[in-house]
Amino acid sequence: MQQIFSFLFKNSYRILFLLLLFLSLGLTIQSHSYHKSKIISSANFFTGGIYQRINNVNEYFNLKSQNDELAKENARLKTILFNLKDTTKLHFPDSILGVKKNQLIVSKVIHNSYNVHENFLTINTGSKSGIKTDMGVINSAGIIGIVDKVSPNYATVISILNIQSKINAKIKKSNHFGSLIWNGKNTGYVQLIDVPRLAGVRKGDTIVTGGQSHIFPENIGIGTIDKVYVDNETNYYTLDVKLFNDMTNLGYVYIIKSKDREEIINLEKQSKKDE
Amino acid sequence: MNSALIWNIARFILLLMAQVLIFNRINLFGYINPFPYILFIILYPVNGNRYGLLLSSFFLGLIMDMFCNSGGVHAASCLILANYRPYIFKFSFGLSYEYQTVKLNDVLTPERFSFILIAVVLHHFTLFILEIFSFYFIWDIIERTILTTLFTLITCIIIIYIIKPSKR
Repeated sequence: MQQIFSFLFKNSYRILFLLLLFLSLGLTIQSHSYHKSKIISSANFFTGGIYQRINNVNEYFNLKSQNDELAKENARLKTILFNLKDTTKLHFPDSILGVKKNQLIVSKVIHNSYNVHENFLTINTGSKSGIKTDMGVINSAGIIGIVDKVSPNYATVISILNIQSKINAKIKKSNHFGSLIWNGKNTGYVQLIDVPRLAGVRKGDTIVTGGQSHIFPENIGIGTIDKVYVDNETNYYTLDVKLFNDMTNLGYVYIIKSKDREEIINLEKQSKKDE
Repeated sequence: MNSALIWNIARFILLLMAQVLIFNRINLFGYINPFPYILFIILYPVNGNRYGLLLSSFFLGLIMDMFCNSGGVHAASCLILANYRPYIFKFSFGLSYEYQTVKLNDVLTPERFSFILIAVVLHHFTLFILEIFSFYFIWDIIERTILTTLFTLITCIIIIYIIKPSKR
């Protein structure tokens, strides 16, 4: 017994080092697996609060570009509005029934990273505003990412510029589906993989979100095709997609709260149980 | 002894603040950020408490991870640097470094430069290996290590010169 104690005492420095090393390596490995959300994240009151303060100062520097973006979105929405043939059509059947399928929560990006392979954003709304894990995040130009970790006032978002994010997307023209990933190289481009060779793709075609996931509604813009090549291993098309969004300059974003989401999740859970 | 403790705490907080507020937002060429916060580990007193260094560098890294959303990569690489710091001292300043009074924040000599260089390379290499975590991106790891090391080295030396205690 005494020998054990003396051993522990003699090697206490090394034991402390190994203990802390295993702890940090555990956190690292855990952070690299997608389905476990992180223990250490910036969605807490300490780091979130600091990022919020920094952002309060920082937002003055890009007021102009934010204004331009809002004006552009307004113009686009007004174009749609004025070109409606019949103004009574404004009342979509959804709202007559009092059931809105998708609700948008506005939020602001207070921290944005785009310089590593696994990028995350921090936004300044959290569970108090009804935000939950796995909700889609978009802005006026297109998709941004998926909510990862939520605290009462803040949340982190897995950016589409994250090599672990995988989003269902399709070619708008032909409805062929693929998976949207990022190869970790250029912040302006993402890749659409596993597109069947049958799909007639051409440079400049628009890529939008597909309807197969309950995270994003269908037909939200992602980008345009920039380059087409055939994957040697799978023989499917891989497309380089130029993003509509400038991921390095993000301001206000919308979080999509889907009414159907929980129903779909419950349903899928039940059918999995039945198997 | 007490003033050394206060200096360490001040360095911990100030370097962390500078890192989060300034250096994490530089994004040179889109992806290069210097990490001068490791100056805390480099400048920690040579004869200071070993356990204190190990624990404080772990928490330094952990707070950085919180800000960067990076899991535990900064904590792990800071810990490794803190653990191997005596060996780097031995390599750079010779075997009897503990008996000489090694002062890092002074005029830049080859010994001091080599110490900072090895420390930065060790930290950054482990950092990027853990952060990227894939052999598929091995060239990316090497490229980032080299470029970021250069950038961190320059920033560290500038900071050391700026906060150098004025000589009589």
